[in-house]
Amino acid sequence: MPDQLLTGNEAVAQAALDGAVSLGTGYPGTPSTEILERFDTLGGRAQWAPNEKVALEVGLGVAYGTARALVTMKHVGLNVAADALFSATYTGVAEGLVIVVADDPGMHSSQNEQDTRRYAEASGAPMLEPGDSQEAYDYTIKALELSARFQLPVILRMTTRVCHSKGRVRSRSERAQVPAPRYERDIPGRVMIPGYARPAHVRLRERLANLARSEAAAELITEEGQDTSLGIIADGVAAAHAREAAPGARLLKPGLTHPLPIEAMRAFAAKVERCVVIEEGDPYLYTAARAADIPVEGKPERFRFGELNAERVQRILSGDESPEPEPEAPGKPPRLCADCGHRQVFQTLARHDCIVAGDIGCYTLGVMPPFEAMDTCVCMGASVGVGLGLRHALPADQARRVVSVIGDSTFVHTGLPGLAEMAYNPPSTGHVLLILDNDTTAMTGLQEHPGTGRQLSHHPATSKLNYEAVALAMGITRVHTVDPVEAQEEFEQLLTDAMAADELTLIVARRPCPLASRRLAAFQAEQESCS
Amino acid sequence: MSDGHGVTNIVIAGLGGQGIVTGSDILAQAAFLAGYDVKKSEIHGMSQRGGSVSSDIRFGPRVHSPMVPHAQADFLIISESSQVLPNRHRLAPRGRLITPDAVPQLFQGDASQHAARMINVALLGVLSAHLDISETHWMDAIRGQLPEKLQAMNLHAFRQARGIEALFGTLTGEVRPRPTA
Repeated sequence: MPDQLLTGNEAVAQAALDGAVSLGTGYPGTPSTEILERFDTLGGRAQWAPNEKVALEVGLGVAYGTARALVTMKHVGLNVAADALFSATYTGVAEGLVIVVADDPGMHSSQNEQDTRRYAEASGAPMLEPGDSQEAYDYTIKALELSARFQLPVILRMTTRVCHSKGRVRSRSERAQVPAPRYERDIPGRVMIPGYARPAHVRLRERLANLARSEAAAELITEEGQDTSLGIIADGVAAAHAREAAPGARLLKPGLTHPLPIEAMRAFAAKVERCVVIEEGDPYLYTAARAADIPVEGKPERFRFGELNAERVQRILSGDESPEPEPEAPGKPPRLCADCGHRQVFQTLARHDCIVAGDIGCYTLGVMPPFEAMDTCVCMGASVGVGLGLRHALPADQARRVVSVIGDSTFVHTGLPGLAEMAYNPPSTGHVLLILDNDTTAMTGLQEHPGTGRQLSHHPATSKLNYEAVALAMGITRVHTVDPVEAQEEFEQLLTDAMAADELTLIVARRPCPLASRRLAAFQAEQESCS
Repeated sequence: MSDGHGVTNIVIAGLGGQGIVTGSDILAQAAFLAGYDVKKSEIHGMSQRGGSVSSDIRFGPRVHSPMVPHAQADFLIISESSQVLPNRHRLAPRGRLITPDAVPQLFQGDASQHAARMINVALLGVLSAHLDISETHWMDAIRGQLPEKLQAMNLHAFRQARGIEALFGTLTGEVRPRPTA
């Protein structure tokens, strides 16, 4: 295949195809979303899971069955999937399982700036860090191979600038050959009761030690540059910034950042006059080097925040503490589309002075003027629990103003257990849960989910989750469905009645996202013209 | 025009929905087809909802970082006038600012509404007169990045804008003075 100009995400998808991945699964999250969409376009088998934990469990099952799996998520998705991860490293896998986790330094589209490298260390999962599109391709293939060979799930840590940057990619001409899937029983290896988990933990550490000693790990280290008066140890895209900021300097890129090639780092530091660690986010490489008594310099605390770039790296290298330049005017913040159905909802919530426990999606923009109708937003699904907690704590007149607001995709993701809690431990004033059902996962770019009744490819799915029926089955007695735009007055009446009722109410505010409707219509027209 | 390593730095900025990402994809693909090493970078996500969007494109013999360093953009292309101030600091002291003012004749009369949807491609046409990328590569890049039904009118807008400099014999990009402190 000729070279292509690909984003990091597209390169991962191409590598998944060339690396014989039999199933790709994940939950949408900027900046990771396009990987599975591209994998589907290329002809791979790709599907959205309700959340990242389920996705990782499905991927793990695939890999137990001696087939290759790719699981994708954004950094905060790994919090949801962490329960599976921390035991998946104990059980190990029979074939390649690669977990692509996309960090977002600078929080371009995220609620925090967490550093996934900490998860690799904490869970014991090996981790590779590509710094551009070619490496995203090469390291995905490598991660699949290492996972299969050392029988451990491997994390491929991306960042926004790797996911969404384009660069030249040379891909393999031949697809990887993997054995046909088969189940080989290994009860002590796969059933994590304490008696089996204790040896499994020892086995994990042995596998990591074997990996660290291997030729394959050594091959991932790159070292270049002639000027030994300055040595730089850098990972991911930070290495590209460092190369630009100090073109001649000797540069060590570990490639594999868990387990770290600590002896290679020691030898490197010994042969340069000054050794500086350049990394985005937490001082992960720096702390590991210092703990191993390797004489390296780190970065001032302010460079823990936000992304690095060549200019910021220059500042770190030269000890420049002057203020960084800022734009003469702020950019324009995002806002709800002019024809978005959420607008009506947030106007109504603001009018009734609701205390809104919010959630994550386009509708989080309800916090912006002119609405300013969101009081909390923490993590996926938190609206339900936080709203219930507020209801439990507040005096009745304030408690009755509390409304939990969640989108359809987020409700399926982690709102469902919240609904069970609402039915099980109802506040004395009852509660109001509002599902803003726009029939898509809008904020990440209009992805499908179990509630849309369509697969990742937008073709019909075999089922469609019915929120109203689920709520009734869980014991919520007052369940209403309303179009908040077409039936604005009815919506307002339902809301005010529910707030005064001291009972548990679910209101499904159903109004399809106009962007998704147009895209779906175009897709269906295309399907008809093809058939 | 380029930095000491032969790398040309371009920033395209505007608002979500203006085709900033598509425009930067066309530019990156044209440079790629011309045989350059290319890196392109932008921020997606929240910016999809009408907010500020900007994309960095760099090409030359060898490009490392995907981000145009501070105040090193050789060209700053702005598709919406409100976005000049938030992005002007990206421009190199001798860099060129290209705004819709560069192509006023495309926005007159009946064609104006049509042209507004092709502003990204028209501005690339203005830019193209300053870059060492052949018209064939530009045309191939536009065809490769746009759906078939939009290709003809975009190719036309591109050619018109590309010819503006020749027609008037003047610099089409406008450089606004930096504010004095």
